[in-house]
Amino acid sequence: MSLLRVENLSKSFGGVAAVADLSFTIDPGAIYSIIGPNGAGKTTVINLISGIFRPSGGRIFFEDQDVTGLPPYELAGRGLSRIFQNLQVFANMTALENVMVGHHLHCDRRFLPALLRLPHIVRGDAACRDFAAELMASVGLGDYVHAEASMLPYGALKRLEIARALATRPKMLLLDEPAAGLNPAETDAIDGLIKGIAESGVTVLLVEHDMRLVMGISDRILVLDHGRWLASGTAPQIRRNPEVVAAYLGGGARER
Amino acid sequence: MTTLWTPRRGGLIALAAVIAVLPLFLQNAFHYDVAILIGLNAIVCVGLNLLIGYAGQISLGHAGFFALGAYASAILTGEHDWPPLAALLGGALGVGLLSFVIARPILKLKGHYLAMGTLGMGIIISIVLNQEVDLTGGPDGMPVPSFVLFGWEPAGELTWYALVGGLLLATVWLALNLIDSPVGRALRAVHGSETAAEVMGIDTTRYKVQVFVVSAVLASLSGSLFAHYSGFISPAEGEFFRSIELVTMVVLGGMASTFGAVVGAAILTVVPQLLAAFHDYEMLLFGAVLMGMMIFLRKGLVPSLAQLLRERRK
Repeated sequence: MSLLRVENLSKSFGGVAAVADLSFTIDPGAIYSIIGPNGAGKTTVINLISGIFRPSGGRIFFEDQDVTGLPPYELAGRGLSRIFQNLQVFANMTALENVMVGHHLHCDRRFLPALLRLPHIVRGDAACRDFAAELMASVGLGDYVHAEASMLPYGALKRLEIARALATRPKMLLLDEPAAGLNPAETDAIDGLIKGIAESGVTVLLVEHDMRLVMGISDRILVLDHGRWLASGTAPQIRRNPEVVAAYLGGGARER
Repeated sequence: MTTLWTPRRGGLIALAAVIAVLPLFLQNAFHYDVAILIGLNAIVCVGLNLLIGYAGQISLGHAGFFALGAYASAILTGEHDWPPLAALLGGALGVGLLSFVIARPILKLKGHYLAMGTLGMGIIISIVLNQEVDLTGGPDGMPVPSFVLFGWEPAGELTWYALVGGLLLATVWLALNLIDSPVGRALRAVHGSETAAEVMGIDTTRYKVQVFVVSAVLASLSGSLFAHYSGFISPAEGEFFRSIELVTMVVLGGMASTFGAVVGAAILTVVPQLLAAFHDYEMLLFGAVLMGMMIFLRKGLVPSLAQLLRERRK
């Protein structure tokens, strides 16, 4: 059984097709990457799957259930989480609180018990705090637990987004350019982090420009060009595919 | 237990102490009157701060809910002989339902559009209060019977002071509870990034509606008490300027600071009384305060002071 199945997905903005007739499936436990030149529609695909955009056509199935057009918070409840290419950290909170918000679905979030601060709310909050601190330590953010989120350096903010997304306990994590703006050392560390996430049983859908990262960790790669399927396969297959080389890598980049 | 003294508990105890000690300094009926008005304004501001400061949703129409609560109490007790407590709760329920119905469409708006939407809502309420002369007495206003609670009638300033002070303390306690919970974090997340909040599983519309209703109900309760306390109300209670006044109190005290809302209400209730001779310039004063805060102290008084203290301690 596939975890995610996308059938004939389309999205157009004012008559311009950003994604057209795209179909693919992702197996549980895989690291699945989408690559393509700028403007190929990669982020649009992520936004469609995570419910930020409504598709213009086609269907999306998660665990064989039709989730097309569901709002993001419903999808989060079903086990789908993501990070954002342009960071969307809650700058008005501490780093720890950011991750605690990620754990929202696993807390008692009713209004009245919170208003009266019933004992189980206090206990639940303490447990949530510990969970979030542990999770931050596990992604290498132990030093920033009590820092204001707005004070974190860029690389740490990327990890904070990942920690926050993991706090939802997702079955599938959508990573939109996790290495963008990072230096090579930081990129290597993110590489290890993504592998660790996949090994812990979370399926990963990765959109990324850093070819070294993508080729190194992906089980399968999908190549998009102008919103359309161009090729898919394993890293060696993609690297050898002449159409991909022509459309995306360009002649001179063959040996990269 | 190491958690006996926490900032929230410390703040609550400090507020209780101020409320308890203040009567020693109140020398006449006028002083008490100002103190009671501070309390009533503060109750509205604590609720409004949940909406504006924490959830990041502006409302320029909350005086409308205050006035609706006041008129509900006035009409139900005066014309229909309801017991005041029933009228107060009935008014709160009505305002709760009304705000719930309004909230969904209006909170879909963002930024300036939300400001315009709530502004329009407040003006409509104000127009209704002015025009429905048969029901409200129109611009002339209407008298309100005194407050009676199971045969007990709060008479005299000190009794009213104690009643309002106790209610303010309870309101602050409830607000602090809410903020320090998954619901409170969800509200702040909505403020930080609505898109990211949704992705974290937060039904942002639901939380925005809930906090809008809570703030409206608090305004209504305060309005009901005000009606009985003052014994006479007019559509002025629901005017646009009153809404601006309330927002200014929240901004002055500090966005996303419950105690800040109380401080803001205190300052902006007292200052106009001190400057009574310059009454014509009241609007100018509020405008200047709002502009000054936006330019020099965007976080507001209480958060800025707290930050200063923290930095000193280091």
